[in-house]
Amino acid sequence: MAGTSTLDGDRTLAIEARGLVKRFDGFAAVNGIDLTVPEGAIYGILGPNGAGKTTTLRMLLGIIEPDEGSRRILGAERPHDVAHAIGYLPEERGLYPAMKAYEAIAFVGALRGFPLAEGARRGRELLEEHGLGYAADRQIRQLSKGMAQQVQILGTLVHEPRLVVFDEPFAGLDAINQGRLERMMRTLAEKGTTVIFSTHVIAHAERLCDEVAIIAGGKVPFAGPVDIARDRIRPQVRLETRESDGAWRKALPADARKEGRFWHFSLPESGVEPLLRALIEGEAGILSLSIERAGLHDAFVAIAGEAAARALEENGEAEIMK
Amino acid sequence: MTGRLSTFAAAMVIARRDFGAILFSRSFLFFLLGPLFPVLVGAMAGGVGQRVQESAAQPELGIAMQAADVDAMQAARAALLPRLGSAFPEFKVVKRLEPAEKFEAARALERGSASVAAIVTGTPEAPTLTGASQRIAQWQGPVSLIAAEAIGRGPVEYPPVALSPLSQSTSSNRGDRLLTAQGAQTLLFLLTMLLAGMVLSNLVEEKANKIIEILAAAIPMDAVFFGKLFAMLAVSFVGITVWGVAGAALFMAAGSAFPNLPPPAVGWPIFLALGIIYFAAAYLLLGSVFLAIGSLATTVREVQTLSMPVTMMQLMVFFLASYAMTQPGSAVELGAVVFPFSSPFAMLARAAQNPTLWPHAAAIVWQTLCVIVFVRVGARLFRTRVMKSGPAKVKAGKRGFFARLRPSAA
Repeated sequence: MAGTSTLDGDRTLAIEARGLVKRFDGFAAVNGIDLTVPEGAIYGILGPNGAGKTTTLRMLLGIIEPDEGSRRILGAERPHDVAHAIGYLPEERGLYPAMKAYEAIAFVGALRGFPLAEGARRGRELLEEHGLGYAADRQIRQLSKGMAQQVQILGTLVHEPRLVVFDEPFAGLDAINQGRLERMMRTLAEKGTTVIFSTHVIAHAERLCDEVAIIAGGKVPFAGPVDIARDRIRPQVRLETRESDGAWRKALPADARKEGRFWHFSLPESGVEPLLRALIEGEAGILSLSIERAGLHDAFVAIAGEAAARALEENGEAEIMK
Repeated sequence: MTGRLSTFAAAMVIARRDFGAILFSRSFLFFLLGPLFPVLVGAMAGGVGQRVQESAAQPELGIAMQAADVDAMQAARAALLPRLGSAFPEFKVVKRLEPAEKFEAARALERGSASVAAIVTGTPEAPTLTGASQRIAQWQGPVSLIAAEAIGRGPVEYPPVALSPLSQSTSSNRGDRLLTAQGAQTLLFLLTMLLAGMVLSNLVEEKANKIIEILAAAIPMDAVFFGKLFAMLAVSFVGITVWGVAGAALFMAAGSAFPNLPPPAVGWPIFLALGIIYFAAAYLLLGSVFLAIGSLATTVREVQTLSMPVTMMQLMVFFLASYAMTQPGSAVELGAVVFPFSSPFAMLARAAQNPTLWPHAAAIVWQTLCVIVFVRVGARLFRTRVMKSGPAKVKAGKRGFFARLRPSAA
């Protein structure tokens, strides 16, 4: 039944997708993706450009139909049945240039069934709340790219959706507006709105997300809480010693590598105490030793592979250059 | 809390936006002025054509009297001609009557040559002029003058000419209705081409603005199509209303100087109603094709490249319908009526020439079915072809346009 979310154990799911496949000219852009997004979560879809993020989101929203698999959005099998409860910001931003800012917000709301007159009133309010009240009566063509993007984001939210889907929402925003958008996402989640966004910038996902799906090559090698993703790889040890060589070197694991004055390696399964004992007994002369929990970036590298990580970094750098 | 939009309600959101945007745009002004150009060209061409027609096909005055009277009338005309010039109509002898032979001028006009516009009967002392009222009123004087000369009384006494007006001669009716059909077809063609072009530009602009994905995510693509098509249809009705008011004002100002278009076979009210229905069908059929084209193209240049064959096809369809109009009841006419794109044109021409109404009901049902199929197919094409992501565009640019017909992933 439309509008009634599905249950996964004790969790209520906003999105449940099983085995989604989409082929273009025989090429599987998305190849058997499973996703479960709990209600009220901030959920990140992480992957390099071309990984299949946008195609996945488009299938979830019913913009394109999957060749195989099934999905339930807010309990509905047909996304258009719950369109009124969804907000969507596509990767390619667009508004009618001749529309005024508040009209554009009202129009996007009207597409979702929100009354036009109420949308116009609410549009002005939202613009005011977000420091854009002065631009309410300006045409979209008269706004800067960043302002127009903010107007579009407000249009995505005007009808107070239960589920908000952002495709690469931080692209094109300056650092200040990226921070504002992050705060907005948190506020939405606090109010119980489910927020899904795709990104190729790991830092955003790491700061915001309760759960992530890592997409690489049209597949999802990992989907779940960020903590579990990070726990996929062992904590990293950074060691500085006075002695450059000696018996203590035998205590270092096989993946140990030296960068400058520091040794880096994964914490052995036996734990920190046997390691410390061996270093002391081997007279390493410990100057400093720190144990860091793995970041999402490291987790991504481990899960998606070096190649995907490299692609992600290249995309991220290109984004920063923009 | 909002509710789910029905397809109709969603189409209304699109239609309302498009209607407002187009109505207050410069392109609508051009749309309003658009028909002026063909009207001007048509008027100029019509003026030249009329002169050619006047000189080449001067209507003749038939004569059906006893042989002696015919000779006397012809001689009188010949005698008067050098002095009075071309105001005198040419006599065409319809029949030299035997004494006491009766002759039905009205029937002869129905069967006779289209160039004979009226027939003078009786005797030179008491001639009777039968024909279309306007024509016989025009010729009453010259016939009286010729009759007076024929009986040797001119210029002292002129015999009275009895007038026997017909509502309109059959041959004249057929020809004139053809003119009405031709005018209606041309107007329909110009309007549909103009509108289909506008709806195409509107869609391309939308794609350029990249708002199409927002629409596709929120409402069914069918609603986008219906909304766009019907918005433009509504815009066109505004345009037609403006033209109608302007035309009526012009007609009232010009009065009798305004050319009198012959009434169509089904009568003006039904003809106008059918005209609106066929215009809507023609536009929706062509508009749906142009929208499907718009879904394949991303730039104005591509639109021009793709729409050219369709425009040429529409031109050929127009020629087919024009030709079919002159061949009522033929296989060509039937083909033009059945073929969806020419059907509205052919049927409008038929309404001008033939008073039977039931074929119009059948044609409207057929055209409605075709509109539904075309819009559905167009919407499906759009949905499957249009949603492409950023990186694919770069590749597509390298691979050329036809490669872009295949969508690709993000």
